[in-house]
Amino acid sequence: MALRGLGRRISIGKRCFSSASEVEKPPRDGKPINLFSAINQALHIALETDPRAYVFGEDVGFGGVFRCTTGLTDRFGRNRVFNTPLCEQGIAGFAIGLAAMGNRAIAEIQFADYIYPAFDQIVNEAAKFRYRSGNQFNCGGLTIRSPYGAVGHGGHYHSQSPEAFFCHVPGLKVVIPRSPQQAKGLLLACIRDPNPVVFFEPKWLYRLAVEEVPEHDYMLPLSQAEVTRQGSDITLVGWGAQLSVLEHACDEAAKDGISCELIDLRTLIPWDKETVEASVRKTGRLLVSHEAPVTGGFGAEISASIAECCFLRHGLQLEAPVARICGLDTPFPLVYEPFYMPTKNKVLDAIKTTVNY
Amino acid sequence: MAVSRLASSSLSKLLLRPLSAPPFSRHFSAAASDDDWTVLTIETSIPFTGHRIDPPSRSVDTTRKELLSFFRDMARMRRMEISADSLYKAKLIRGFCHLYDGQEAVAIGMEAAITKRDSIITAYRDHCTFLGRGGTLVEVFSELMGRRSGCSKGKGGSMHFYKKEAGFYGGHGIVGAQVPLGCGLAFAQKYSKDETVTFALYGDGAANQGQLFEALNISALWDLPVILVCENNHYGMGTAEWRASKSPAYYKRGDYVPGLKVDGMDVLAVKQACKFAKEHVLKNGPIILEMDTYRYHGHSMSDPGSTYRTRDEISGVRQERDPIERVRKLILTYEMACASELKDIEKEIRKEVDEAIRQAKESPMPDPFELFTNVYVKGYGVEALGADRKEVKAFLP
Repeated sequence: MALRGLGRRISIGKRCFSSASEVEKPPRDGKPINLFSAINQALHIALETDPRAYVFGEDVGFGGVFRCTTGLTDRFGRNRVFNTPLCEQGIAGFAIGLAAMGNRAIAEIQFADYIYPAFDQIVNEAAKFRYRSGNQFNCGGLTIRSPYGAVGHGGHYHSQSPEAFFCHVPGLKVVIPRSPQQAKGLLLACIRDPNPVVFFEPKWLYRLAVEEVPEHDYMLPLSQAEVTRQGSDITLVGWGAQLSVLEHACDEAAKDGISCELIDLRTLIPWDKETVEASVRKTGRLLVSHEAPVTGGFGAEISASIAECCFLRHGLQLEAPVARICGLDTPFPLVYEPFYMPTKNKVLDAIKTTVNY
Repeated sequence: MAVSRLASSSLSKLLLRPLSAPPFSRHFSAAASDDDWTVLTIETSIPFTGHRIDPPSRSVDTTRKELLSFFRDMARMRRMEISADSLYKAKLIRGFCHLYDGQEAVAIGMEAAITKRDSIITAYRDHCTFLGRGGTLVEVFSELMGRRSGCSKGKGGSMHFYKKEAGFYGGHGIVGAQVPLGCGLAFAQKYSKDETVTFALYGDGAANQGQLFEALNISALWDLPVILVCENNHYGMGTAEWRASKSPAYYKRGDYVPGLKVDGMDVLAVKQACKFAKEHVLKNGPIILEMDTYRYHGHSMSDPGSTYRTRDEISGVRQERDPIERVRKLILTYEMACASELKDIEKEIRKEVDEAIRQAKESPMPDPFELFTNVYVKGYGVEALGADRKEVKAFLP
């Protein structure tokens, strides 16, 4: 993973909810570790710093299929880190109940593709608990972790990106990290955030992405996008594993003299419209990219919002239609996965078309 | 299957003690017959256990022909799965791959009791069920490798095998999701009054999914001819059944629905149970069959299968309960064939499998436009291979 433009990092020494009161500190020590180890570190810290935190899900007691929960059972015991039966709806409902009693329920859905049986619990129970009880109850301590996205050969049911479904649900937060360092900071922020959060982890990067991650406890702010690369001709917005694809496209575009500004949205809802808007006002062009199918994807929301606020206003305007480079409107395919994917070349092509519009 | 054609005149009753590790004494063999169709009666390894139902008899009728076909079919499945393992490791099979070796007796015994007009629906561990329904090795390996000649045109892969003409409804990726579907199939069968039934297969892991109980209630309420077959291989992914299930007596899980516990490693017991179940559900509505079985491989290819169970446990099952070895012993005991003949069958199968792999490798990939077909009736998609927006097209029926 590229470390370029790695932005501010927030560090805190004590357990608290993420909020504006956090102190920004410059990057400190860190060992190069991969993404699953960063998640693992974050979970260790979460359990260490809060005796009311629990980690559970299918096979997590043995370390999980992606090794994210390795060592947690040994360290914190079976009462706090445990396997559940294969029942996603049950896991989500149980987690909501646990969180409603003031605990931090960190539930794992083994693959984002399996989250649909739990959809009802997350959408109808978790997201609306606070609202419909007039703030008497909430499940703010709930964090649902789930690996999402392509892995090169996952096929239909181990590759999907369901983030847009959850972005349609007021009351939830949806967060997706792009790198190990981001993953650790964002996950800790999600766990400590007083709202239910769905945290999707890019499974392609679990082993692939390696970068220096501070060993201490730190959080990164939610609902704050990060400009990871400054540019002047076009704004590129993405999240998760797609960031590295966009990064490569930026490098290629630079060879043709196109200066791209790259934004990692990080939190999808509530999203940081201001950062994106400010960037588009500067560049006049926007490209959004995600792995999920283009129709109804979260890119559509970003496009519409930016068109609303940047179309012929304040003398600054969009100079080209917003480009969306996303997955195709097909089920995630087994063969021809590269055709489906929003690859670097597709992005590059769209950058050129948009800039030369 | 052979059972339907047995000649009652040549009925000869024989009993065999439960098979176990010690070798058999030769005196059993005296009664063996050369006749393919001579009916022998063999006792199942262990008795059936019933829940709210009187279990069927332990004595199962079979023939030399049937036992030899069991041996051949199960050995073919075993060899196929072992080869799939190597192909996966050679990266010729991509995606996720779940192997069935160890559980062959369930697929084979079930097929021996039913016809292709009955329906089967299963989860993702579906290669052998497909083969049992009359699928070919070439179709299997082609589908596994995503080739055009696969049973789902290379678009499904390991978890998505189907064979419509033989009543095989797949091949489903989400744990437990296929069981309510199976009840829907059974409702259609009941409605059409054609005396057919549906076997809805799921694992012990899926037995804890909520939708299973929804399906059970519906099918019991409307007396649907559905048999819920719990293939209990004792591990839901990496979690042992006792860690995940308050009651691992899955045949009793239906409460008001009768159940039967079956030794799923004994092909004749499976056959007997499925025959019994089919008759039962046509008259009385659903039943649960719990097949006590075992998978030798891990849950999927990324699971070595040795972290949550001991190697001794696996080798113990191989020695004591292996479904193929059980049939081999039966055949040898009754002198239906000699050991070298069985070895020859296995050699033939090895060739057959290698040849199928060779043919599958020659099959081309699907056409790229297949990416867009079958999404809707006439296909619908955005042809966004380039970034030029003008090329975006949509087709609706």
